[in-house]
Amino acid sequence: MPDFSAQTAATDAVEFKGRMLTLSVLKLNSADLNQTEPALAAKVQRAADFFRNMPVLLDVAVDGIDLPPLVEMLRRYGLVPVAVFQPSAAVATQAAQAGLGVINDPKAARKAEATVAESSAESASAQPITAAAPPAKAARNATKVVSDPVRSGQQVYARGGDLVVLGAVSPGAEVLADGNIHVYGALRGRALAGVQGDESARIFCRELSAELVSVAGCYKISEDINAKLAGRAAQIFLEGERLEIAPL
Amino acid sequence: MAKIIVVTSGKGGVGKTTTSASFATGLALRGHKTVVIDFDVGLRNLDLIMGCERRVVFDFVNVITKEANLKQALIKDKRIDNLYVLAASQTRDKDALSQAGVGRVLEELSEDFEYIICDSPAGIEKGALMAMYYADEAVVVTNPEVSSVRDSDRVLGILASKTQRAEKGERVKEHLVLTRYVPSRVAEGEMLSVEDVCEILAIDLLGVIPESEDVLNASNSGVPVVLNEESKPGLAYGDMVDRFLGEDRPHRFLEAEKKGFLNRLLGK
Repeated sequence: MPDFSAQTAATDAVEFKGRMLTLSVLKLNSADLNQTEPALAAKVQRAADFFRNMPVLLDVAVDGIDLPPLVEMLRRYGLVPVAVFQPSAAVATQAAQAGLGVINDPKAARKAEATVAESSAESASAQPITAAAPPAKAARNATKVVSDPVRSGQQVYARGGDLVVLGAVSPGAEVLADGNIHVYGALRGRALAGVQGDESARIFCRELSAELVSVAGCYKISEDINAKLAGRAAQIFLEGERLEIAPL
Repeated sequence: MAKIIVVTSGKGGVGKTTTSASFATGLALRGHKTVVIDFDVGLRNLDLIMGCERRVVFDFVNVITKEANLKQALIKDKRIDNLYVLAASQTRDKDALSQAGVGRVLEELSEDFEYIICDSPAGIEKGALMAMYYADEAVVVTNPEVSSVRDSDRVLGILASKTQRAEKGERVKEHLVLTRYVPSRVAEGEMLSVEDVCEILAIDLLGVIPESEDVLNASNSGVPVVLNEESKPGLAYGDMVDRFLGEDRPHRFLEAEKKGFLNRLLGK
């Protein structure tokens, strides 16, 4: 490693920052690559664009997994494995060798810390403990804001949060979100909110000319959308099992 | 450094090659050293429209494969000083275009030219992707009908994601040229209007070229229509070039002409 100690370091050249992000977890229920590969192939094939270069956290739920061939297989399918979630000691060693990180559940870690703190407090007898609980931040997923028009053939997916499109969504384009979708231009393509099943998700748009709208899997195609609402500002939401479209 | 401009559309037959020829000719007429390259390997047409089909010895693919150098392959226009054509190969296919090869040729041309116009083939496959990859700006040619507009929209999406500039996080500057415009049919509601198309595509309008038999005549005789200053499309292409060079030109030929009594009587 080069010796930088003699140089005057510009300390602001790098910064470490903490950040709350959602990360997709790939749970492995089988250690047998012959089983996992076809299953993964089928999933990736359904939405190749979603999975391309998607960072994933591996959750190994089975024993006896061999990490290097698994990682190699995932990369072949365009996934980017970044770390292993709470691995066993053996898997953790393999992860370190494969250049993957190891992530442990912060809650579990906190619990462990707390027990340690308590027991040490007991031994130190009657020392007041200032419970250094980290400030409870509401887990909030970042909203994805798209300022360019979404063109025919493009697909935009806000994973784990809301999607805001400032321009138009063209015919043949698709916008998806795990949360709500807001479109400030004309909505002429497809909009699917709550794609992971959130039934409280809604779609809001300033000009409804969509080919298809869907909330948590319930959808309506343009033929079924009331002609009176066409071209108007509207919101789309689930009322029980029914997809409702109401003017704004 | 030359500015590289791709002329593209997605859909075929909308006027890419006509636009490339007139755009390049117009730039050269205004004193800018310009080369226009046919990327439609296997279906070469640009040489016909430019009227140099009898002078093609070496082509773009020969230069890429280093069978010929640029000097041998560049065809100098006989009418205009600053204008050169690089023809496509008719006997090869799009696989003859390699990204590195195209990049090398464009880089070499950049040293000598002010503008490089890349005439893209139709579609969104390899030939079209090669034509747009190195572009700084794009001229998207669209006809006023829904399928052409949708294809152009798709191409705009690809320009924003699959070009070298997009990979670097920069933008390719996009311009719209609306061709084969018939104001009388727009007035009748049979054709999309300029406003409709601009609203859907949401990019800067560089020119509107009216439908005219002069375009076909120009193609057949190998004279880019911009050189015919007595024709409406020729004038409209001239305006387009001026606008591209930053001059302020109002759009012409957008309104249906009112037929006079005598013309109506004679059925003209």
